Amino acid sequence: MNWLRTVAIAFLLLVAAASLSANFVAPAHYAYQFRSETDAQPSYRHPLGTDDLGRDRFSRVLYGTRVSLLLAPAAAWLSSLLALLIGGVSGFVGGRLEKIVMAATDLFLSLPWLFLLLTVRAMLPLNVSPMVSVVITFALLGCLGWAGAARVICADARGMRQADFVLLARASGSSGLRLLWRHVLPNLRPIVLAQFWISIPVFILTEANLGMLGLGVTEPLPSWGSLLRELQSYPAISGQPWLFVPLILFVVVVGSFHFVLRTEELPA
Amino acid sequence: MRRLSKHAVKLLITLMVGGFLAATLVRLAPGFGLDEEQLDIRLSSRSIESLSHNPEGDENLVLFYLHYGERLLHGDLGMSRTLHRPVAQLLSERLPETLKSVALGLALAWFFGISLAILSVIVRSYTVDGLFSLVCGVLLCIPAAVWALLFVLARAPERLLLALIVLPKIYSYSRNLLVRSARELHVLAAHAKGLTPIRVLAWHILPTAVPQLLALLGVSVSVAFAAAVPVEALCDLPGIGQLAWKAALGRDLYLLTTLSVLVTAITLLANSACELLGSTLRGSES
Repeated sequence: MNWLRTVAIAFLLLVAAASLSANFVAPAHYAYQFRSETDAQPSYRHPLGTDDLGRDRFSRVLYGTRVSLLLAPAAAWLSSLLALLIGGVSGFVGGRLEKIVMAATDLFLSLPWLFLLLTVRAMLPLNVSPMVSVVITFALLGCLGWAGAARVICADARGMRQADFVLLARASGSSGLRLLWRHVLPNLRPIVLAQFWISIPVFILTEANLGMLGLGVTEPLPSWGSLLRELQSYPAISGQPWLFVPLILFVVVVGSFHFVLRTEELPA
Repeated sequence: MRRLSKHAVKLLITLMVGGFLAATLVRLAPGFGLDEEQLDIRLSSRSIESLSHNPEGDENLVLFYLHYGERLLHGDLGMSRTLHRPVAQLLSERLPETLKSVALGLALAWFFGISLAILSVIVRSYTVDGLFSLVCGVLLCIPAAVWALLFVLARAPERLLLALIVLPKIYSYSRNLLVRSARELHVLAAHAKGLTPIRVLAWHILPTAVPQLLALLGVSVSVAFAAAVPVEALCDLPGIGQLAWKAALGRDLYLLTTLSVLVTAITLLANSACELLGSTLRGSES
């Protein structure tokens, strides 16, 4: 299945390049309103038509993809880092620390993911500027999404406690932070990378869910959540199949992230 | 019995810690103790002052938590700020609806998910396995909220939606588990001895995978509750998922934290029950 992985990576690179060059490729700014062309059909000028405010939908898809494709990996990076610190240190140190950390992880994991996000998101201000809403949404995902990864990393770090190379390093006089920093954490890199790639599609899906519930990125900044929310105007969709383009792109991108992971890296 | 009591104590401690954290978050949340009416510019400074006099807001965290716990023990879950009704009443009205949806969704998802997984292990055809994996892969890539909208659009029965959302997760995990069990040496030996695929499955593959499938059952309860939020919110089903969404939009923190603690209790209970059953099975096997 290596060819499928290559195709997925190539597709993701293509989408990322297109969204990053949105400033040059997009026909208009994502917030610019063509007041005389509201709800327009696809045309040469507007490849995906315009929305009810006259904003070019193709431009919004490009900018929205950029928001999600840049910030979901950033959130995944943050959560993987937290998972590495929490899971790696507790797993390696063991004892009471590991028990306490794993109990906290259990508590985090026992609360359904969307309930946890809704609760914490509601505790933060809702009426904020679009840029702040983007930061809040993805920072929340990053800060709350570490628990599952921490559990996996903790199990791996626990296994390393008695590994030959760790015993050898201890015998050579390495201990404490140095042992952790120079010998344990680098060996946890493959599992952290796998967790990072697993988190990205999860965070993209969650942002979409939050956005569709009105708790994600706020208007006029587009994200996949707000783009997919357009499907809510369902009586109009029957005559506008191009409204499904963001959904199709979304499914293919999220699917591609699943293919990027090698089969052996996928969870059981 | 000892294992059961150990689990019960663990559950209670986790819930208490969870409740404390929830209460702490509520107390520290920006805008705690403030009323929307205070933003009314027509009100005089004296009216605003009287509105802002909130004894709970002045309490320190420990006192706040003690009062929160005391009210909780008396069955007083507070008032919903957005719906202006007692939280306990709202929960008693809406919880059965969600429990019904979740139970039906899980039953259907497990029935079809495990059946497809077993089929792909028994048939051992690349095409069948690829087809099931492709369909479930596509289902996994669509957000629950989009599913809810599509169901509304197609006027399909919303109660089936949770099954559709949970099914691909159950299929993919259980298929991987069964495939892994099917590769074990004793299973290959059973095949070599000429046992029928059904017998191999029933006597050699499934028993090895059952404890992990039970763990998956516990996790799937949490997944179903999480999916209930967008499904109920967008399909207008009057359950606790919709209530949580309304509470989040209205920053009804009391209601939201009570809901979170309740859902945590349910999922913890389900997980503990599955874990207990799994460890009992493992114990009886060894």
